[in-house]
Amino acid sequence: MTDPARPVGVAVLVAVPVAFLVAFFAYPVATILGRGLWPSGRLDLSPLGDVIGDAALRDVAWFTVWQATLSTVLALAVGLPGAFVLARYRFPGRSLVRALIVVPFVLPTIVVASAFLALGVEPSLGAILLAHVFFNYAVVVRTVGGLWAHLDPHQEQAARVLGASRVRAFTQVTLPALRPAILAAASITFLFTFTSFGVILVLGGPTRATLETEIYRQTAQLLDLRTAAALSILQLSAVVGLLVVVGRFQDRRAVALGLRATAVTARSVRSLAERAWLGANLALMLTLLGVPMAVLVARSFATANGPGFGFYRALGELRSGSVLFVPPVDAVVNSVLFAMVATAISLVVGGLAAFAVVRHHRGRMLEAALALPLGVSAVTVGFGFLIALDKPPLDLRTSWIIVPIAHSLIAIPFVVWLVTPLVRSIDPRLRETAAVLGASPHRVWREVDLPIVGRAFAIAAGFAFAISLGEFGATLFIARPDRPTLPVVIYRLLGQPGALNFGAAMAASTILMALTVVAILTAERARVGDIGTF
Amino acid sequence: MLTIEDLTVRYGEHSALDGIDLDVGDDEIVCVLGPSGSGKSTLLRAIAGLEPPTGGRILRDGTDLTGVPTHHRELGLMFQDHSLFPHRDVVGNVVFGLQMRGVSRSEARARASTTLELVGLAGYELRAVHELSGGEQQRVALARALAPAPSLLMLDEPLGALDRSLREHLVDELGVLFRTLGLAVLLVTHDHDEAFALGDRVAILHAGRIEQVGSPVELWTRPATAFVADFLGWNVTRALAPGLSAVRPDALRLEAATGRPVSGMGAPAIRAPVMRGMITRQTFRRDHWRIQVELADGTALGVELRDTRPPELGTAVEVTVDPADVIALPD
Repeated sequence: MTDPARPVGVAVLVAVPVAFLVAFFAYPVATILGRGLWPSGRLDLSPLGDVIGDAALRDVAWFTVWQATLSTVLALAVGLPGAFVLARYRFPGRSLVRALIVVPFVLPTIVVASAFLALGVEPSLGAILLAHVFFNYAVVVRTVGGLWAHLDPHQEQAARVLGASRVRAFTQVTLPALRPAILAAASITFLFTFTSFGVILVLGGPTRATLETEIYRQTAQLLDLRTAAALSILQLSAVVGLLVVVGRFQDRRAVALGLRATAVTARSVRSLAERAWLGANLALMLTLLGVPMAVLVARSFATANGPGFGFYRALGELRSGSVLFVPPVDAVVNSVLFAMVATAISLVVGGLAAFAVVRHHRGRMLEAALALPLGVSAVTVGFGFLIALDKPPLDLRTSWIIVPIAHSLIAIPFVVWLVTPLVRSIDPRLRETAAVLGASPHRVWREVDLPIVGRAFAIAAGFAFAISLGEFGATLFIARPDRPTLPVVIYRLLGQPGALNFGAAMAASTILMALTVVAILTAERARVGDIGTF
Repeated sequence: MLTIEDLTVRYGEHSALDGIDLDVGDDEIVCVLGPSGSGKSTLLRAIAGLEPPTGGRILRDGTDLTGVPTHHRELGLMFQDHSLFPHRDVVGNVVFGLQMRGVSRSEARARASTTLELVGLAGYELRAVHELSGGEQQRVALARALAPAPSLLMLDEPLGALDRSLREHLVDELGVLFRTLGLAVLLVTHDHDEAFALGDRVAILHAGRIEQVGSPVELWTRPATAFVADFLGWNVTRALAPGLSAVRPDALRLEAATGRPVSGMGAPAIRAPVMRGMITRQTFRRDHWRIQVELADGTALGVELRDTRPPELGTAVEVTVDPADVIALPD
């Protein structure tokens, strides 16, 4: 094959991600579902009926749906004005603000939850919603703002000249054009809040449970695999159903939008009203996103004897009577090592997948399949690992590699989403030109594809690293007690009484946050323009 | 009647428009011609109320439009990129302005169909806009602007995105259409042919200022400033007269340095200023040759030669001109 469009056999591109997904996702999840539904070698669907018939579990399911719906609506309401401001106004520090608002999104759930505890927020529904908005603000701003920045302002202006007021021009012209992005942001936010785990566990109090935390409780505390499997199936069907509906809707809604370079669409802030609007949004971002993080850091230094590093020093000790098996500081090393390995795995698998998504005729299906782990309970995946990966050739149960593999499952979809648009953006004529100029297929790949996609890989690496640092649900299950990660240690510390434990949790959260911020900001430096959603 | 008085638009230090005075009569077509960056689009945007003016006034029939929001100005504006609404079909685009004015659904549809017929798109109502060719999109955009019967139709490089043959065809069509409808039209373009073919009057815009306004013939025969002369392709030089002056390339005559005329137009009556130079460039342009002659002092003059082959490159020539063809310009 000398076709320059196919530098590597597309089959290979597809095979690696599919094999990874089958071995580390489909197989463990199927195993755990099998344990629940094939208890004695025969299919037994009665757990499903039991779950549906159980009023308490119905309440859990209902709560899961409506808290996710409410969170999504709130995130959109708060995020859309921010998306507009960052997409359309040119002001000093805009790119910095754009980079910084991503930080909350990748912050470990457990850190966010403890940040709100540090703020003095009592576990409640309001606390859950607040934390969910905090998390998903960036999803709305980046997803919708990404499209908004490229919409041709002429369309809205044409509507204005034709007699539409500002409001009508927005509802009749801009909103329909933004619909695909708003739908995407809403479904991502819904997905994340529907399967929310750490936030509910810490900020929900003892009485509030979602399907995700209930699966954890049934599996880890009650050891009721039948119910856990049935709940997992419910959750998975809901997620797949949602993805299918959204996918259908997106396809039908897809219209050829006249997109423009952002340099053309953004303008400086002129009138007083615009200044006030910009100021209000920046103030909101600062309050909503900045204050919790600032308070977290402040609390980590606020020891009983005044400001100091006491809580940080406490991380270095293994106190007697502690629930921990190793000094918490070991977790920093574990977290960073796991994150490095998880990043490497995600880039290889996700990178190959991104090319497969673009160049294989079934690419869209692969993209959807790779996103499935985001919708499946991390607890289910974690527990599946323990049960399924215990015999050769995949006897990994006692190996540390199991943790970064689980993290990559979550990180790979992000790598694909970040890299795919750039792969798609490579003009085939560039490759043809290179080939005409005498580049072999391999050289074309090295000289054209790789440099163009290289930056996206750098950004994806930062995200994968941050996601691995923060992953909590699956890690809680599979990390060996003597090799905990930072989120696990923070959760353990928060579960212990006493100011010292709480302070140490704040200190560990601060360290985790700092590592995440460094990873993300390093990645953002590689971003050129604003291709890619996140 | 639209009247623009001393209109200024400033972005910080930079003036996009600097004291513009211009009016457009009720059934007059005014073309604003200028290079890119001269402020053409800003002018239209300011009239539409999309760009807040820093100074000056815009009046319609004597009423100041300054405080009137864009959507109450009842104008038509067509962008170069058409800016059709991608989520609406053809008729959905054309009825938009009528809907905004509260015209009933059935009447809006009927008027939209009439307008589509007018621009030659009868039967296109339910087509999706992204299925249309560039020329068809341009007609839809025109129909959308025309349907609400605006008091002034403004067009921003309306034909810029189309290929040459289609553009020439549409220029004729637009001219007929505008005159049939008796519309007030303000069209901005960088294309001479478009401006001169369509405009009752043409205003030349340069760096935010109007350099000259006049009928196409006036402008074409008597450019008032060095910029206008140069922009319209005249030679602007100090080599012909004591001060700055301009001469059209087709008014210059060439003779071989030996004295034998090479221009097919016959020997000029007056051989007044004779300049010696050398042919340094020659290009063939459809119906004439364009020659560049470099004079001894380094001045380059453009000369148009018709009906004859030019001498070889490097040939020494004498350039002569009828002093009546030389226009003095302000320095």
